[in-house]
Amino acid sequence: MSTYNFDYLDELEAEAIHILREVAGQFEKPALLFSGGKDSITLVRLAEKAFRPGKFPFPLVHIDTGHNFEETITYRDQMVERIGEKLIIGSVQESIDQGKAVEQTGKNASRNALQTVTLLDTIAKHQFDACIGGARRDEEKARAKERIFSVRDEFGQWDPKRQRPELWNIYNGKIHKGENIRVFPISNWTELDVWNYIRREKIDLPSIYFSHERDCITRNGQLMAASPFLNMDDEDVVERKQVRFRTVGDMSCTAAVESDATLIDDIISEISASKISERGARMDDKVSEAAMEDRKKGGYF
Amino acid sequence: MNILKFFTAGSVDDGKSTLIGRLLYDTDSILADQLEALQSSNRKNDDGTIDLAILTDGLRAEREQGITIDVAYKYFQTEKRKFIIADTPGHIQYTRNMVTGASTANLAIILIDARNGVVEQTIRHSYIVSLLGIKHVVVCINKMDMVDYSETVYSAIIEKYKVLAQQLKLADVTYIPVSALKGDNIVQNSGNMDWYEGESLLHFLEKVDTDNLDKSQLARMPVQWVIRPQTEELHDYRGYAGRVLSGTFNLNDKVTVLPSGASSTVEKIEFFDQTPDAAHAGQSVIIHLKDDVDISRGDTIVNASALPQESKLIEADLCWMDGRALDTSIMYNIQHNSKITRCKISEILHKVDINTLEKHAADEFKLNDIGRVIIKTADALAFDLYDDNRANGSAILVDTRTNLTVGALMFRAAVE
Ligand SMILES: Nc1nc2c(ncn2[C@@H]2O[C@H](COP(=O)(O)OP(=O)(O)OP(=O)(O)O)[C@@H](O)[C@H]2O)c(=O)[nH]1
Ligand SMILES: [Mg+2]
Repeated sequence: MSTYNFDYLDELEAEAIHILREVAGQFEKPALLFSGGKDSITLVRLAEKAFRPGKFPFPLVHIDTGHNFEETITYRDQMVERIGEKLIIGSVQESIDQGKAVEQTGKNASRNALQTVTLLDTIAKHQFDACIGGARRDEEKARAKERIFSVRDEFGQWDPKRQRPELWNIYNGKIHKGENIRVFPISNWTELDVWNYIRREKIDLPSIYFSHERDCITRNGQLMAASPFLNMDDEDVVERKQVRFRTVGDMSCTAAVESDATLIDDIISEISASKISERGARMDDKVSEAAMEDRKKGGYF
Repeated sequence: MNILKFFTAGSVDDGKSTLIGRLLYDTDSILADQLEALQSSNRKNDDGTIDLAILTDGLRAEREQGITIDVAYKYFQTEKRKFIIADTPGHIQYTRNMVTGASTANLAIILIDARNGVVEQTIRHSYIVSLLGIKHVVVCINKMDMVDYSETVYSAIIEKYKVLAQQLKLADVTYIPVSALKGDNIVQNSGNMDWYEGESLLHFLEKVDTDNLDKSQLARMPVQWVIRPQTEELHDYRGYAGRVLSGTFNLNDKVTVLPSGASSTVEKIEFFDQTPDAAHAGQSVIIHLKDDVDISRGDTIVNASALPQESKLIEADLCWMDGRALDTSIMYNIQHNSKITRCKISEILHKVDINTLEKHAADEFKLNDIGRVIIKTADALAFDLYDDNRANGSAILVDTRTNLTVGALMFRAAVE
C-alpha cells in the first residue's frame, strides 16, 4: 500500500465534505446560511470542494440585520460574483417593517435576537428543509452538545433533551413536513483549525479580520465600533484604536480586539496565545449562563 | 499532527465530567472568560473550589441536576496531538447518548469509583465498548483520594476488571489510579501514589498508537452524489462523489459497482483542483470510471478483487435506542452509508443480560436492550462484517412513523 499524508486538517476537511454531500443527497431544498464571517466563508470553500465542477445544490442565504460592517457586504457580493451561485437575502429590516419583529430599545439594543424571526420566516417562505451553518462545538457549551444533523420542529425549536442518536458517520435526515434540520459540517473544528485551514487554502477574508484603525467606544469592558447602529450618549467616549475583529456579526453586538495582526500568521500566533475565547467577544452570550441554549431553543442559528 | 478521538464511560457520578474538566484545566486549555464563568457559577464543590464538571455539562438541566444527559464534545491539543473528547452520560436512561459518543471514538476511558469497584454500568459500558470494537481501553480507578490512595483497593479492583476484560475479549487495556478532583495522575504523575509506576493519563493518550488509517485491501466508496455539470464544455462530465470508507483506489484499478455488479476501471480521481493517483480511506473525492455505467446515490464502488458480502438476510447485533419497543411486525428503514431501504427484524436470536453477560431467548426489545437479531432487507446490502471493516459493517434503523433513529446495527454474518 502506498503511504499518504492525512493530517488533522485533511481529516476535518474530508468529514465536512462528506456531510455537505449527505445534505445534497438527502434533502429536497437545502440552503447554506452565509453570514460573511470566517466560518461561513470556510463552508463555501468546502462546498466548492464537495461539488465542483458542478453547481452547488443549494443557494446561499444571508440573514441581513441591516447593521452590517460595510466590508462584509462588499466581500459577500464579490464572492457571490466569483463563485456564480445564487444568493437569497432575508432582511431583518423587512421583518421590522412588517411588524413581525420589534426593534429593541435602550443603550445595548441590538438586532441580533431579531435575526431568528427573519431566519424562521425565510425558511418558511422558501420551504427549506435543511440549513447548513458554520457553528462549531468549541464555541459555546450548549453548542458542544448539538448533533451534526440537528432537528428543529415546526416552530424552529431545538429540544436538547430529545436529540436523536447520531452513530458513526451515518446521518439521519428524515423529517416530517414543516420540520427542518440544521446541519453543522464544521462541528468538530476549533477556531484555530479554521484559521489554519484559511491559511493553508489561501482563502481571502473581509478586511475587518485584520488590524486597522477605527473609532471605538468602550461598553461593558468591551471595545465596540462606533457606528450609527449603536445607541450612544454623552458618557460614550469615542477613541481611535488599532483593532481587528475575531468574529463578525451584527455591528451592535460584535466587539473588537486591540491588535496589530495584519497577516494571517500574526492572527494565528495571536489566537494561540490568547486567553479569551472567541465568544468572549460577543455581547449576546454574556447575558446568562444559558444564553445560547435559550436562543437555540428559540430557533437561533 | 493527528487526532485521537476518545470518550469517557462509567457509572453515574464516577467522575467522567470532572476528569475531562481536569484534563482541560491542567493542560491550560480553559480560557480566562470561561474560567470566570465557572467561578461565578453557583455549582461548587463542597470545599468551595470550582466544579470542573460544569465545563462539559452545558445544558441547564444538567447543571441543575448535576448529571450529564447528552454527549458534550470538547477539543484540546498538546504539542504531540489533537484530541476530540466525547463526555458521555453514565445514567442507564441515556445509554443511547453514550453509544452516540462512543461510535466515532478510537479509545475509551472507563471510570470506576474506587469506593464502589466494578458495578453494573461498568459492565454495561465495557460490553458496549467491546460490541463497538473500540481498540484501546483505559480503565481509570477514580476517587483514589477517598480511599487513602490505597494500592490494595486499586489492585483488588483491577483484578476484578481483568476477568471482565477477558470475558469481553478486550485486547488492549491499561489501568491508571487517579483522582479527577485533585488531579492525581491526570496530567502530572501523582506524589500520593508512589507505588504506581505507570504514566499519567495524558502521557498515555499522547502516545497511544491511534492507527486512524485503514490499511485494509477492502476498497469501498459509497456514492453520495453524482456530479454532472451538463454545461457546454463539461458536457460528458460524470463524476462519482463520495468518501472512501476503507482501503485504497488507484488509477486503473478494476472496480465493481454494487448492487448492479457492473465492472469498470478507475479512469481519473479528482480532488478539487488536484488529480491524485490514488484515493485513500478517509478521503472525500470524485472518481471517474472508464465505462458508462448506471450509478446513482446509494450504490457502492468496490475493489473488484475483494468484494463485500451481498445479502438481504443479515445477522447483526442490535442496540435498541427508542422508548417505543421494537415491533417485529412492522417495517423500518435501514440506513447503511448512503443507502436507505426497507427492512424487518425477522427474528430475535437472543438478548444479553448485562449483569451476567449471558444470552437469553427473548421476544421483546426495549430501550437500551442489546442482542442479536436477523434482519431482512428489501434491497440487498453490500456490506462487510463489522469486525473486518467498521465503516461498512454498521447501519442504523429509522422508525418511519417518527423518523427517529431507533437502533444501531453491527453486522456479524450474512445468512445463507
Ligand atoms: N473525592 C473525589 N470526588 C470526585 C472525584 N471525581 C469526581 N468527584 C465528584 O463526584 C461527583 C460526580 O462527578 P461527575 O464528574 O459529575 O460525574 P459523572 O461521571 O460525569 O456523572 P454522570 O455524567 O452524570 O454520569 C462530583 O461531586 C465530583 O466532584 C475524585 O477524584 N475524588
Ligand atoms: Mg458527567
